[in-house]
Amino acid sequence: MERPLTGLMRGDGVALSLTEYRDGGGYSALEKALKSWSGEDVIEEVKASNLRGRGGAGFPAGLKWSFVPRTDKAPRPRYLVANADEMEPGAFKDRLLLEGNPHLLLEGMILSAYAMGAEVAYIFLRGEYVEPRRRLRRAIDEASAAGLLGRNILGTDFSLDLYLHISAGRYICGEETGLLNALEGKRATPRSKPPFPQVSGAWGKPTVVNNVETLCNVPGIVRHGAEWYRGLGLAEDSGTKLFGVSGRVRQPGAWELPMGTTLRNILEKHAGGMCDGYHLKGVLPGGGSTDFLLPEHLDMAMDYDTVGKAGSRLGTGTLIVLDDKTCPVGMVLNLERFFAQESCGWCTPCRDGLPWTRQLLEDIEDGRGSLEDLSTLEDHTAFMGPGKTVCALAPGAMEPLQSALKFYREDFEQHIREGRCPYD
Amino acid sequence: MAEFIARDRNWALDYLTDAERDEIEAEAACYPRRDSLAIEALRVVQNHRGWVSDDSVAAIADYLGMGAAQVDAVATFYNLIFREPVGKKVILLCNSVVCWMQGCERLRAHIGERLGIDYGETTGDGEYTLLPITCLGDCDHAPALMIGDDHHHDLDTKELDRILATRED
Repeated sequence: MERPLTGLMRGDGVALSLTEYRDGGGYSALEKALKSWSGEDVIEEVKASNLRGRGGAGFPAGLKWSFVPRTDKAPRPRYLVANADEMEPGAFKDRLLLEGNPHLLLEGMILSAYAMGAEVAYIFLRGEYVEPRRRLRRAIDEASAAGLLGRNILGTDFSLDLYLHISAGRYICGEETGLLNALEGKRATPRSKPPFPQVSGAWGKPTVVNNVETLCNVPGIVRHGAEWYRGLGLAEDSGTKLFGVSGRVRQPGAWELPMGTTLRNILEKHAGGMCDGYHLKGVLPGGGSTDFLLPEHLDMAMDYDTVGKAGSRLGTGTLIVLDDKTCPVGMVLNLERFFAQESCGWCTPCRDGLPWTRQLLEDIEDGRGSLEDLSTLEDHTAFMGPGKTVCALAPGAMEPLQSALKFYREDFEQHIREGRCPYD
Repeated sequence: MAEFIARDRNWALDYLTDAERDEIEAEAACYPRRDSLAIEALRVVQNHRGWVSDDSVAAIADYLGMGAAQVDAVATFYNLIFREPVGKKVILLCNSVVCWMQGCERLRAHIGERLGIDYGETTGDGEYTLLPITCLGDCDHAPALMIGDDHHHDLDTKELDRILATRED
């Protein structure tokens, strides 16, 4: 099986050096594109590949780039930002890419910047990712010294300045417009859209924000072509995906697998199945802000549309397993505590609704809840649903809650009936 | 609320050390605007002084040509900027969902027993401060925490004792 994201990585956990990356064919896609393709050619190839955003939303990457105005009168500079602010609960996939092969991200960024005509690029990295920071700094130095960054890359007239921004925390920085405010040195409050960042982003200039894993897919697409890339996926969606599993499984970890691999294959074959004495009760398929799926969904293909039809989202592709000895109410309470804490406070439904939600869940978990609280929680899932808030934080927070209320109703009611947590 | 005393740029230049100013200026080339350096400047000062005092906020503001309230609005937004004194080593204990399922509350209780501190508290000798942190991206090795710049994985109370003992040597 082909593994364009991780295939070159060393087994010992050390980052690939520039020499090792080049020996494995690294930067050959960049050479090919800079010498024989236009930026538009790169966009067309990526559009044809059907590469969809790996940060969680699944927006087609080539289409996103094509919204950047390219006329002579369009504002300059244009910016490309790699979103390396991986903070979704349960997500650890971008860290593996940053640590294992930082040059893959750099090559993907240079190619993407060339495609959209960006002159300046940033990597927006969360502050706690200390080892990725060291490895990226080294890779940027190596690439700069080799003429792969800076003025006249590989002797062409394409130039790109690339900087590393170390973030000072807060989940909301992962939201693309919150990220842009943070990059500008401000509070990371999301911006209302339109205008979209592609037209008016960082410092009011055209800007594209792409997830790390999305960008890491670009070199393979340019090198081997859109058709090859589409052939990597097992169903509708193209390419490979880093799938991760955490929770009470025998071998938690992350693996690069074809898009469309089944949930069962990921959980049983790769993660080794449940730990002894634990049974599968549910799974959050794409991080903390996705709806629960049930054991009956195990044979489902993990791709954007299939997971969407089942009522959840592929999200980050990092699965969190709920076992039968963990209280689902407690788990959702933990998630809503997180979201309430991480709300930026800008818009009312999120700022006031999430702490309220957290309080109701605390009451139920501690045995003080009533059946009326359950209908109030259901109301909240509607009041904070899509379209009611400036950004996707609150709607994301409602996803595990609304599905837990549906699938684990009996657990909620038992807490209320017995006036205690039955899992304690 | 913090109260910021109006001073002049010379005071700010005097307050910030050469090393701090050099490190802030090293970042200046990466951003098109001076006020975009606010987060970088807060981090630089915190790296040197351990935390960000009212005077530090005022000095950064004067140095970057910003209002002190503007800088403080930024400083108080970000959880990795400390607006109160912290211990020499900050323990960031992940309390997000996977670490919660796999025992972060046991670690919190154990730190309470061993060091006598809970979230937001500093040991009497000024060595450690304990803070909760959102998902550290170590979910495949939960539960996890950071001490200073180091991530520690697959923790139980015994392993935590071993790590703390090593760091005290």
